[in-house]
Amino acid sequence: MNHHRHAAQPYVRPMQGWWRRDPFFVRYMGREATALAVLAYAVILAVGLVRLAQGEAAWNGWVDALRSPWSILLHLVLLASMVIHAHSWFEIMPKTMPMMYLRGERVGAPAIRRTGWIATVIVTLAVLALAAWWPR
Amino acid sequence: MKRSNAPIFWLLFGAGGMLSALLGTALVFVTGLAAPLGWPLGDGVASYSRMHAFSQHWLGKGFLFVVVSLFAWHAVHRIFHSLHDVGVPTGMGAKLLCYGAAMALTAIAAGSLLVIGF
Repeated sequence: MNHHRHAAQPYVRPMQGWWRRDPFFVRYMGREATALAVLAYAVILAVGLVRLAQGEAAWNGWVDALRSPWSILLHLVLLASMVIHAHSWFEIMPKTMPMMYLRGERVGAPAIRRTGWIATVIVTLAVLALAAWWPR
Repeated sequence: MKRSNAPIFWLLFGAGGMLSALLGTALVFVTGLAAPLGWPLGDGVASYSRMHAFSQHWLGKGFLFVVVSLFAWHAVHRIFHSLHDVGVPTGMGAKLLCYGAAMALTAIAAGSLLVIGF
């Protein structure tokens, strides 16, 4: 009886490690995983703001913590993740954006991606300039 | 018909995703590498007086708030929608945990920036 009930159960395809079966899925998971880096960085910045509000000693402690080798390693991982995030974000942007027309012609995917990267380079240079030249 | 609240979360996801694509790399480099290492931008990039002045300025304050909160809302929305892919059931508990985390980070950022003052 028990045996019969067991045999009558439908076959369920195992889903363990499904995303490793196809390079497309691996890229998909890599793109989704960048959210962990973005969240980690938001947490790090939020802690920094708390320490900044607590005064100079607390702030200096936070900056000291950032100097530890583990923190540097973590931030290298975060840096790589942010680049992957930007890359994948602009890669899918042509599909997620409403269609755009310029002089009667549809703006193509390569142009949208290029615009994204140009904007990123400009913003990056602006942040670096601000960090370098804001009065110390 | 009851209106769905989903567009709000997707809007925050999109805004945070765009902002982190544009700014994320530069910010991680400055706050996580250049400031603590003192290279290549020199010392004092993240000195207390400088960061305090930056966070007191309305522009700096707004910038910091928008970055922390939108990064958080982007990330938790994406993580929430990926839970199913890694075999985690997405019930109300998971939803509260994810969006609650973004809410908490938003509140922490706002509270700290208010304490810092103007």
